[in-house]
Amino acid sequence: MTSEPADPTLTPQTAGPLSVRARGVTKSFRVLSNQSETLKEHLLNPGHLLGRDERRLVALNGIDFEIRAGEFFGIVGRNGSGKSTLLKLMASIYHLDSGEIEVAGRIAPFIELGVGFNPELTARENVALNGVMMGLSITEANDRYEEVLDFAELQDYTDLKLKNYSSGMQVRLAFALMLQARADVLLIDEVLAVGDAAFQRKCSDSLQFLRSQGKTIVLVTHDMAAVQRHCDRAMLIEGGVVDTIGDPTEVADRYVEISYEEHAHPERTGGTNLRARVSRIELRDADDNPVRAVHSGQPLQIVTEIEGNEPVGDLLLYVEIATSSVIRVAAMVSNAEEIRNLGPGERAEVRFEFDCPLGVGDYMLRYYLSSVDEGELIQPTSQAFPFSVIKGAAAGTLVAIPYGKSSRRMDGER
Amino acid sequence: MKAAERIPEHPPLEKIPGPSAFGGSARRFFSLLWLTSVTDFRLGFHGTVLGYIWSLARPLMLFGILLLVFTKVFRFGDQVPDYASLLLLNIMLYSLFGDATSAAVGSLVDNEGLVRRAQLPRIVIPASTVLTTFLTLTINLIAVFAFIIISGVEPMLTWLFLPVILLWLLALTFGTSFLLSAFFPRFRDIGLIWTVVGLALFYGTPILYPIEVAPEGLRALIELNPLSLIFIQAHHWIIDPNAPSVIEATSGHWWILPASLSIFVAICALGLAAFSREAPKVAEEL
Repeated sequence: MTSEPADPTLTPQTAGPLSVRARGVTKSFRVLSNQSETLKEHLLNPGHLLGRDERRLVALNGIDFEIRAGEFFGIVGRNGSGKSTLLKLMASIYHLDSGEIEVAGRIAPFIELGVGFNPELTARENVALNGVMMGLSITEANDRYEEVLDFAELQDYTDLKLKNYSSGMQVRLAFALMLQARADVLLIDEVLAVGDAAFQRKCSDSLQFLRSQGKTIVLVTHDMAAVQRHCDRAMLIEGGVVDTIGDPTEVADRYVEISYEEHAHPERTGGTNLRARVSRIELRDADDNPVRAVHSGQPLQIVTEIEGNEPVGDLLLYVEIATSSVIRVAAMVSNAEEIRNLGPGERAEVRFEFDCPLGVGDYMLRYYLSSVDEGELIQPTSQAFPFSVIKGAAAGTLVAIPYGKSSRRMDGER
Repeated sequence: MKAAERIPEHPPLEKIPGPSAFGGSARRFFSLLWLTSVTDFRLGFHGTVLGYIWSLARPLMLFGILLLVFTKVFRFGDQVPDYASLLLLNIMLYSLFGDATSAAVGSLVDNEGLVRRAQLPRIVIPASTVLTTFLTLTINLIAVFAFIIISGVEPMLTWLFLPVILLWLLALTFGTSFLLSAFFPRFRDIGLIWTVVGLALFYGTPILYPIEVAPEGLRALIELNPLSLIFIQAHHWIIDPNAPSVIEATSGHWWILPASLSIFVAICALGLAAFSREAPKVAEEL
């Protein structure tokens, strides 16, 4: 197929046959000004059927992309960006307005784990029901029951109704079932954090196995660490169009960037009537470029600007790094000579330099200013500048410590 | 010489089908329909015999009350041969239509999670609620026939036509359910309207009375109701061979039978057509 327009973002490693091709995918939804539409209304007032001011919300506006067989492809975007709509279009749950989606082979018929699970039924009955939903015959579904239960590690709970399962057990069952789907393209919405570490390992291995069989996996997620860990390529959707497509790290960087754009100027901080204030705070990389998405170990600087109003004497600037749930991770303090007695409109800059010690996750900078002499708070604690660590050694840990390692064999030593 | 490493055979690109009423393989359609119906049927009884007896209690109580009213209060049941048997059979048959359609009306909305998160032939959803009710009816009919025999109705060869009655009723129930469930997501007041219409249909069908006693002015209207034909014929075939068949009952006006049958066909066809038309968009309307 030489006539195919080559997608420039496809790397040689992933240049297999096409598995999914989307062209000009467009979808809009009807938005009714009056939500409760009734038959009575239509019968009593047929005129408004024609003249109704029907607004349409454009969810996707001309999406093009290609996925190769065996690829692990990530779709990311903010809430309301249209990524879930795209997944529903691919799964034939929504109807396309225009454009087309082509798929090689079968696409998984659902977009979430455990869809169609009935809490009143036992694992066995749910396996049968779900198996049939995925295209197995009733006999095939029953035959695979043992295999599914083995994988989910639920052999001891077979006669329990699903409602008595813990949520972790339900997700394990659902994941085990998904692996049985007779699909060439699997659609996964936010589910890779399944079970404990050992089970996650097993899930990753299974997904790798499916890929080696030429199956394609499409993952929709907010979790940039997952995108970088699992995906070969990723696509960022913003406002119903493709913003970025290609390398997962680039896509993750861009995602973090646009996620924080809506905090119009978080580094411009408030409080103009204070005696002195932090007028600017931001995170920069070693080349002095402001950054929002950083890597563990990367050299960084926190750059702050302090603006005076009335002279205060010795100022103490306190800056800390906290997680998004305000667990304080690290703090830096400065009471430099340069920020003594700042007159009205006078400004000074304070920089802190460090190698990023953080694990993968979302963080923010918090700060306050106080007077050393009076022991008084000049500018109360504020938080600003959210940022993310998107790449690092270990996910799920708060800190990433630089470490050396050595190993040797102990054979013959005694 | 070995061939160079080859990528395993890969299927060609094909346009995705999009959501639909039937889409997908026939096997998946029927497996899904059957398994969901049987599962719901079992769940309805909580998997126990006691559960089944309990589900039989509701129509039996209705039967007991109506029997009392029409034999002791109005005394008109006394003049109809085997009135109790007729009443019980009719109530059970109507319960298929009544219960199934009222459960099917909101079935797409009730199963919103499935409709919005999974691709499946969407007609399976209302169809399986109908089939679940039908399974209940077939079990209940065993009790009905036991009653009929005990109360003195002679078994007849025409009992072999029972499947015709059931399929006829099932077809009408399917058609009506598809029609109602297709429009319910957009017009939520259909559910309310249908409870009233259902009540009118219950009295406008010869369930409590045989067709012969209907007053002349209303009789044509009752016979135009496609449900009536089924109950008239069931009376003739199952309970009393002397009761008029559909052809005899409608002999007063030649046009009634073809008109009523046309309405029957129209409802079935319209139900299927409406559901097929609405099905692709239904996930967005929920």
